[in-house]
Amino acid sequence: MTPAIQVDQVCKRYGALTALDRVSLEIAQGEFFGLLGPNGAGKTTLISIVAGLTRASAGSARVMGHDVVRDYRAARRALGVVPQELVFDPFFTVREALRIQSGYYGLRDNEKWIDEVMEHLDLTSKADTNMRALSGGMKRRVLVGQALVHKPPVIVLDEPTAGVDVELRQALWRFIMRLNRDGHTIVLTTHYLEEAEALCGRIAMLKQGQVVALDTTRNLLDRHSGCYVELRIDPDQLPQPLAARVTDRREGGAYRLALRDYIELETLMHELRSARVRVVEMEVMQPDLEEVFVQIMAAAPRVSSAR
Amino acid sequence: MKPRRGLVNEQRETPGFPPQPPFLQNPRWSLERMAGFYTLFYKEWLRFWKVKVQTVLAPVLTALLYLLVFAHTLRGRVDVYPGVEYTAFLVPGLAMMSVLQNSFANSSSSLVQSKMTGNIVFVLLPPLSHREFFFAYVLAAIGRGLVVGAGVFAATIGFVDVPLAHPQWVIAHAIAGSAVMAALGVLAGIQSEKIDQVSAFSNFIILPLTFLSGVFYSLQSLPPVWQALSHVNPIFYMIDGFRYGFFGQADVSPWLSLAIVSASFLALSWVTLSLIRSGYKLRH
Repeated sequence: MTPAIQVDQVCKRYGALTALDRVSLEIAQGEFFGLLGPNGAGKTTLISIVAGLTRASAGSARVMGHDVVRDYRAARRALGVVPQELVFDPFFTVREALRIQSGYYGLRDNEKWIDEVMEHLDLTSKADTNMRALSGGMKRRVLVGQALVHKPPVIVLDEPTAGVDVELRQALWRFIMRLNRDGHTIVLTTHYLEEAEALCGRIAMLKQGQVVALDTTRNLLDRHSGCYVELRIDPDQLPQPLAARVTDRREGGAYRLALRDYIELETLMHELRSARVRVVEMEVMQPDLEEVFVQIMAAAPRVSSAR
Repeated sequence: MKPRRGLVNEQRETPGFPPQPPFLQNPRWSLERMAGFYTLFYKEWLRFWKVKVQTVLAPVLTALLYLLVFAHTLRGRVDVYPGVEYTAFLVPGLAMMSVLQNSFANSSSSLVQSKMTGNIVFVLLPPLSHREFFFAYVLAAIGRGLVVGAGVFAATIGFVDVPLAHPQWVIAHAIAGSAVMAALGVLAGIQSEKIDQVSAFSNFIILPLTFLSGVFYSLQSLPPVWQALSHVNPIFYMIDGFRYGFFGQADVSPWLSLAIVSASFLALSWVTLSLIRSGYKLRH
């Protein structure tokens, strides 16, 4: 099957600054894909190249098999983008904005679908309100609606929940998950790592314009750390071989140790028993994406080809 | 890289998200392809029409003030065409000046505002070609110019008696002249990052060229050096050809004027289209 998005050796240079350095990615149809990385890592630049908003200095990008420069009509028709900036056209109402956007894609009689999109995004009561008069959250919804007017098979959301209240965030995710269930490919950048962990099947991490990790969310979580144990002990002194494995000393005096897997718990207990240390409290924890992210970002060298 | 098959295809038939209509997948459907161009034109038209007090009424009022002041102070002092009253001579000049200035203002300010607020993405994301982009902005700007020009005539019709010798020349020159200024506005809008760059363009290039183009006088009343200099000003030909349509006389042949103005439009369009196509300052 044709990949939904294919990025091949894409570079983007602004003068001396390299925003993207030979980035290659392939996103299959139907995936829920996360694009993570710190500010300035190149996420938005990459999305802009795929959307045709920016021209790559080298390399190529395709949407549903269509080159974004040579075959831009087909590529853009297949793509819906929710931009990061809260942009709007102050001259129009919500319905006008959606109608106009729809017309740009060649859809002149799209009223039914526009009504439906507004319904899903809870915009129906604001249909005839001028964009200027909407709150930030409402403007964000309209942006999502504008990206969907032409029913694109591939939808890219650049930090759609930045500055959005909890309720709207939940509603937005339910809607986007539904789109994904219906077969739409979703590409998402977000700063909320728990969101990425809960939603994305596969994740690419960018750092300084390079892909430093690309794997399924499950594998990333498994690979980068087994589990954590938090221990409070009596006497409050860890035996030597264990002391070296402490990653953190928590508030209240608990030690935090990283384990490769659960089997290591047995070794741990054995060491404690032989040192005659009593366990007062113990908690075993799964790593979350945030920890994996921090680890990868800290470990990734400036120049690497980890893929 | 394995796709997550689990999420694909299950509950695919959920109502609400039907597939794209067939013509969207088939780019050859030309009538629907025109819809993108038409929509951008309509959006540009709506943009100025929604604020018509500012975009249509205000320039008409400005033109009327010029007419009032200049006609009052210069009547009988300035030689124009034989047998033509100065006030009657002035009205088409002012109307054309309004047409030209508003055509330029429409495309340039729309583009630069969209670039500044970032809502230009709504136009850059869809599958619009560089030609559709350019001609939609130009056509809407011509539209605004003609609406304002018509407004100037409508406002003066009861006070000033202006003959109408050749309406076809009036229309041809109004369209050709405003097309040049509209294209120039697109060029200035693409080139500029801020609104003051567009106003600089307007104040230091468009305004002087307009004022020195013979809006307020006939070239025959100028010393020979100034007459010669005026002939390199493209706006002179727009005004002169437009005026020919009313009085049946002009400083140069209306054919020459139309040829020069059309050639300017073609040259400007070529430059601007190449810039849009390359993504210059739009897709950087």
